[in-house]
Parts: sequence; C-alpha cells; structure tokens
Amino acid sequence: MSEPWPVQLCVMLQCFKRLQQQPACRRTLSALGSLYGARKPYNTVIDVTWGDIHRAGVKPLSFVRQVLAACLDPTLLNSDKLPADARQRAQRLLGGCVGGSVGSYTATAGISEIVHRISEFITRRDGGVPSHPENIYISPGSQWALTNILKILVNSKSAPQTAVLTPLPCHSTTTLSITSLGAVAIPYNLSEEQGWALQMEELHRALEFAKGVYNPVALYVINPGNPSGHVQSRKSMQDVIRFVSEKRLFLLADEVYQDFVYGEHEFVSYKRVLAEMGPPFADTVELASFHSVSKGFTGEGGLRCGYVELVNVDPAVMKYIYKMFSMDTCAPVLGQFALDLMLNPPQPGDPSYPLYNVETRNIKTAVANNVKRACEVVNGLPGFCCQPVQGGAFAFPRLYLPPKAIQKAKEMGMQPDTFYCLRLLEETGVFASPGCEYGLKEGTYNVRFCILTPEDTMEELLGRLTSFHTQFMKDFS
Amino acid sequence: MTENGVSPRAKVLTIDTMNPTVKKVEYAVRGPIVQRAVELERELSEGMKKPFAEVIKANIGDAHAMGQQPITFFRQVLALCSYPELLNDSTFPEDAKSRARRILQSCGGNSMGSYSASQGIDSVRQDVARYIERRDGGVPCDPDNIYLTTGASDGIVTMLKLLVCGEGETRTGVMISIPQYPLYSAALAELGAVQINYYLNEEKCWSLDISELQRALDEARRHCNPRALCIINPGNPTGQVQSRECIEDVIRFAAKERLFLMADEVYQDNVYADGCHFHSFKKVLFEMGPEYSNTVELASFHSTSKCYMGECGFRGGYMEIINMDSEVKAQLTKLVSVRLCPPVPGQALMDLVVNPPQPGEPSYDNFIKERTATLNVLAEKAKLTEQVLNTVQGISCNPVQGAMYSFPCITIPEKAIKEATDNGQQPDMFYCMKMLEETGICLVPGSGFGQRDGTYHFRMTILPPTDKLKILLKKVKEFHQKFTEQYS
Repeated sequence: MSEPWPVQLCVMLQCFKRLQQQPACRRTLSALGSLYGARKPYNTVIDVTWGDIHRAGVKPLSFVRQVLAACLDPTLLNSDKLPADARQRAQRLLGGCVGGSVGSYTATAGISEIVHRISEFITRRDGGVPSHPENIYISPGSQWALTNILKILVNSKSAPQTAVLTPLPCHSTTTLSITSLGAVAIPYNLSEEQGWALQMEELHRALEFAKGVYNPVALYVINPGNPSGHVQSRKSMQDVIRFVSEKRLFLLADEVYQDFVYGEHEFVSYKRVLAEMGPPFADTVELASFHSVSKGFTGEGGLRCGYVELVNVDPAVMKYIYKMFSMDTCAPVLGQFALDLMLNPPQPGDPSYPLYNVETRNIKTAVANNVKRACEVVNGLPGFCCQPVQGGAFAFPRLYLPPKAIQKAKEMGMQPDTFYCLRLLEETGVFASPGCEYGLKEGTYNVRFCILTPEDTMEELLGRLTSFHTQFMKDFS
Repeated sequence: MTENGVSPRAKVLTIDTMNPTVKKVEYAVRGPIVQRAVELERELSEGMKKPFAEVIKANIGDAHAMGQQPITFFRQVLALCSYPELLNDSTFPEDAKSRARRILQSCGGNSMGSYSASQGIDSVRQDVARYIERRDGGVPCDPDNIYLTTGASDGIVTMLKLLVCGEGETRTGVMISIPQYPLYSAALAELGAVQINYYLNEEKCWSLDISELQRALDEARRHCNPRALCIINPGNPTGQVQSRECIEDVIRFAAKERLFLMADEVYQDNVYADGCHFHSFKKVLFEMGPEYSNTVELASFHSTSKCYMGECGFRGGYMEIINMDSEVKAQLTKLVSVRLCPPVPGQALMDLVVNPPQPGEPSYDNFIKERTATLNVLAEKAKLTEQVLNTVQGISCNPVQGAMYSFPCITIPEKAIKEATDNGQQPDMFYCMKMLEETGICLVPGSGFGQRDGTYHFRMTILPPTDKLKILLKKVKEFHQKFTEQYS
C-alpha cells in the first residue's frame, strides 16, 4: 500500500464528522473498508448501515421483477419465460399508462387505478375505515412526500421560526429536510429504558420548550421506529392524538416499516386509531401518514416510490398540495408499479402464489431469527445492551464504553460511538452506524445495524462483532 | 357552534397559516386547463356527448404518451436488469446482456432495488463524464462534478435552492427567459427568490439579445441581488437553437456580471432546422480559454425524458457542475442526500443513453435505425406544424428549430379579450379553454410561460403521430377562424 494508513484515516474521519455520515461518506468509508480488505482477516465488508434489504443480500421478489420486466419489454407479454399471472398483471398495469408505456408521465398524484387500489389497501388494512383516493399522493419516496408537506407547513420567513417536534433518536434524512427548509427540529426524547417508548411528559416538555421561542406546527412520529425499533401501543397512539388535538399540531406519521413487526407486537395505523376514537378527534385532527415501497418484503428502495395519505386537511390547502406535487411531474412509473404489487400481491390460487409465499415467508423467518439472535448475542456481551426489537429494520443497542475508550475517541476528535464503529469497520469489515448520527442523550452511545440480512450473513456479522467487542472492551479496560 | 355548544376546531393548516410563498406557485403545464381536460376525458368515458370523440393532450412534452416508441435496446437491458433470470434467455442480444451485467454489478446486492449513493452510481457518473468528453470534442469532464438527478427538474430546483438567499434588497435575483418553462417561475416563487425576466426576441426567431440581458440586469440591480442566469437551449417553449456566437456572448456577459450560469440542455438532440446546431455551454466555455473556463460557474442539465428517448416516466437526469466553490459543493452533496438517491432504473437508463450500442455490436444497426427514424419524424412534424399554422390568418409561428413545441403568436379579437378580462381570465387562457371545450384539443396558454404584454400565444407539442397532428392542426385552424369570426 502506497498511502500511509493514518493519513487516509484522518481524511475519512474529517469527512465523517463534517458530513455527519451522509451517504457520500458512507461510500468513502465503505471504500476504505474494502480497499484495505486484503490486509485483513476478512475479505468482505458487511454493510449494514442501510435499511436496504437488497443491499443486505436478500433477493428481490420474483413476481415483482417478472411483472416489471414485462412492463419494460412488452415482447415478454407473450413469452412463456414468465408466469401467466405476471404477464396479465403487467398487461393491466401498462393499460393504465398513456400510450401503454412506462416511459410516459403519469397524473401528478400517480396512475389513477393505482391510487384507487392504494385507498382500497388502506381500507382493508384499517378494518374498513374509509380512504379517499383524492387524499393520496404517490411520490418518489416517502421522504419526498414528507418534504412536500413540510414545504406547505414551514414558513421560512416567519418569526418566530417554524418548528417540528421530532423523536430523539431519529434518522437524519427527516431532520435534514426540516432544517434545509428553514425550520427547526425540536427533539423529544424516547425512553431507551422503556424500550424506546414515546413518553407523553417528554412531548409536553419539548413543546413547552419550543413555545415562545419557536412556532411549533407539527409533530413527527416514526412507527415502527427508526432507529429505535419500537412499535407504539394503541394507548400511546391515542395519547399522541389527544396531544396534537389539544396543542394544535399537524401529525406527521412515518409508517414505512409497518410490515416489519415481530413477536407479539402488532402494527396499527394512526389513521385507524384516529378513526376509532370517533369525533371530535376523527373529524378534526390533521394527519399525514407515509408509506413506501422501499421497506417491507418488496424492499425496492432504488425504485423511489412512496405515498402520503392526508386526513382532515383543509380543502383549500389541498389545492396547493397538488401544486407542490405537480412541480415534480410524477413519481417514477416502475416505482408506482412496484408499490401496486406490494399492496396487491399474488393471492392463493394464483400461479405465482406458491413461490411468492415461500419467498416472503423465508424473509419473515430469517428476519425474525435475526432479531432473536442479534438481541441474544448483543445482550450476552458485557457493555452492550439491546432493547427488544419490536419492529423496523434495525437493532440499536446501547454501548457502555470504558472511560479509556471515551478518552481515546475525544483525543481523536470524534464521538465515542463513531470511534467504535470505525474500529469495527477497520478490524472486522462490519460497517454499522454510530448512534450519534441519530441524536442521543448526552453521554450515551449506541450502534445501529440493519437486521434484514440473510441468516448466515447475520451469524457472520454477530461472530465478527462478538470477537471485536470482546477485544475492544479488553483493550480499553 | 356544534350541537354541544363547542366551537368547531379551527384547522392547524389553513390558507392563512400555510407557507405564503407556496400560494404564489403556478405550474401551467399541469394547471387548470389540464385538469379540465382530464375531467372531459372522464365525461367522455362515461358516455357524455361532446363535439369531439377524444381529448388530444398536446400540452405536455411526453413523447410516449403520443405514440413514440421506446428504443428497443434500452428496454431490453432494463428488463434484463429487472429480472436477471432472463440473462439465460437466448432471445436477448449479447450486447444487451453485457450492459445489464455491468449495471447490476454496480448496484448494491446486484439489484436495481438497492439505494445508490446520493450523487448517483459511481460507474454511471464515470460513463456520463466520458460521454460529455466525447460530445464536447475532448474537453475534460470530472465524474466528481456529475450529479445524477430525478429528472432534470430535480437538479434545477436543487441548484436554485443553493443559490437563493438574502432579504429585501439583497434577496437573490435569478434571470430567466420570457417565455420560459414554468418550472423555473414556480421554483423561484416557492423559494421566494426574485424572478428577473429577460425577453427573447420574437421577431428574430426568439433569439437572445445581450442588450436585453443588460437592460433586465441593470433594472433588477436596483431592488435585488442578481446571482444567476438561466437559459434553455434548445428552448422551451420557443424551440430556438442558440447560435455559437450567442452562447459566447452569454458566457462573456455572465463572466462580466458575475452570474452563475444554469444551462438547461435537455433537448440537445432535438435539433431540426437546417443550419442549426447544438453547442453545449461547457464546450463553448472551454473553447473560450482559461480566462473564462477557470472562472465562470456553470451548471448544465440533461434528462432521459426528451431527445429520442422520451422516457419521462423513468425520472432520469444529471447535472454537471463547473467551477463551483468546494465548500458549496460539499453543501450540495449534503442537500442531495435528502432525496436519498435518484431512481436507479433512471440511472441505468442514463447509463445506456451515454453508452449506446457501438458499431459492430449486434444491436447497433437497429438502434441507429430507431433513433434516426424518431428524430427524423420529429423534424418533419416541426416543419409541418410551422407551415400549417402560418397559413392561418391571425396565427404566426416562428420556425420550430428544435425541442418539441411550437409557440405561435395568436391574434385575439378585442371582444374576446374583454370577455376574458371580465371573467378574470387571461385572454389566451380563455381562448385555449374554448378550444378545449369545442375541439377536445388541450394546449397551454402563453400566459403560463410568460410573453410580452399585449401579445398572446399558445404552446402546442409537435408530438402526436403525423396523421393525428395533421387533423389537430386542421382543427386548430378551423377553431381559430371560427373564434375570430365569433368575436369580431
């Protein structure tokens, strides 16, 4: 190797600090990991910084990809290489495209038949609670839709400054969106000791803090949580709804991980809880709920597609929401198709059902096992403690670092959990994210890693993590 | 008051509490006339009787919607990327398979469903850089300056966001041509930036006069801080293709006045008129020597939505950033991360656009045949449109040198202008709405793009298939004559 190791590392660290673990930096670190792979006792980097099931090694669902292939190359509609139901579905989807091509723009809110089927899905999911297609917008990813809604909510010129209450910890994309629009993110602490539960006292405290200094307009919740893995109870959700109603806040519910819920836990949507609370809440609380094709078993993050459903939004404002979405023209058509396939998968009796069922069951089983194993292993290590992963794509264990490690990190000018993760990457090729990226209470350190990998990858990861962690704690004792 | 005497809860988000700048946003291409067209389509499908059998949407630059066929090779590669089992299928050509394998290797988990880096897949950015170098006769391109985007619009809006700051008199001003593609005015309104209009010269085939740029700039300096100059070449809606001299003049102007240049070049392959050529701003800039090429800050934009591909639904695009301050570039990189990443199929498609079949490869002949046919047909339709519209008394159409639209000037009788104004409508909106209701033809009124006071236009795409286009043009002619008579 021609480059002196310490110099390169310093560059990476500066990059890391300044960009706060933006994907550009992830890539750099990933490159670092693989570049030095030859010298290491590992030859692959296990990148679990993304909530990306395909990157983690899980194969795309065959049915979804068969349908998309036939939509891209319609000569395949007549090919026996693809099952009949996939071809029929492709035909039907192409019928909703102007000119029968995935290359055409669609209506602003998405292909109308797909938007209708989304509203039907929502009604089915929510035990019959009605959903209206005109309140649904398909977008290039759920974060894109969230940004559009924030653009309506946030007045960057207002004094006092517009504020949005956000959980701490919270994935950084949303907080970056909020600040880049000229608003401020006011954190409310999730309680790690209570499995990262949302505490009403914390919401009250955060709001009190905000009032007078800022103009709080919205409350952002993530359920199931990212990075926390917490799944909210119905009661907790009702409390939140009462809170936003009383305190006059717009509720932004990020529900993209709704298909990943483990053990005894169940996902119930904010829309459903709201509807079941009846008037006055059901008719008045303003809610935007977000879903995505990026998560779930489909995991097609690269196709960039999600949707927002708006509830109780002022009809006069809806006109402007339309305008905001129209500037983007439309969501990518393949993404819209994948979304439709996710919400309307093969049914028993369909030729593709057996394979679809096997593939999704395998993913479900693997992930459930990963959750179990990750918690077992991590909780078995001294100085490491993982709250139960109730849902979502990540484990987010707490690190109890020895003072010497904390000291060393400070000397190197970085957060202790960053230091831990960098060492973990260099020495084992496991690439996880430091908790400081998500915002943590002062003096606490965590690590986030994706649990949506194949089972053997998780075992490999846990093996490497165990030997690294044991050594690390010894070295800094 | 409700039944139990409680006041109904006022909404948190109302017209009064919402972001005031959003209220100023108008995007004519998807505005009220299109919404009415969609309604009419619905009414027709429900069996309502209309004076027309179908709605013809000549409002949006969507080639596939109007029957243009995709490039076979591109779709084959994308199908292979989507379902790699097809790599074992002998009906797909080898060159498509090797492109697909290469693309998949550059994707996380070998899947187009993985997120990519926010700036775009590395190997695609490198391929884009090499394409730009070839296009520009060897002028070097650094892949690090390439950002893949969700359509060109995403790149444009991101750059404007980066440029706009300040308050009151120091508020950023952005120069934009009149007429312009209304994404620019919408984005500037949303950002609360100052829109500085410079008028293109309709008498001289929509050309750009430096004196007009100067006039607009000097005027604007009195009340804002002009920082950027946007130019669309080939033009939308006007279709003009700027001469090399003009591009040099614009670069000199931007250098002298210290303006960031934004060159929207998404129609770069759509050049039809004899004697017209596309000259990229980047190439001209570098050929003007280091005095300019080392200093002028430029962003140029391209897309998979136009040219011969017409793949709007993929939302593919890129921007090349020249001479941007490195700290600002770091902020740009951070800003694009909010989008997570551009759609991967769009990135893959862009890779194919910049890396098409080469001579000797199995798919080459067919690719050239399809591309040539598509561009030739567009050229024919451009000419046809100009010719027919110019036979109509009261319609005057500049040559459609490039892009996908005609933007003729229409004479609207005084009576009609009055009726429109009485109804609170722009006269050309009034005209276009009437045309829609009577003929089913959906166009976009010139007021949506900007025009000189007292002049009226409409934008009509040249995209419908030739036989349909002929019918369309005939109906437009008939409507105009009828309308003129009715309001004389």
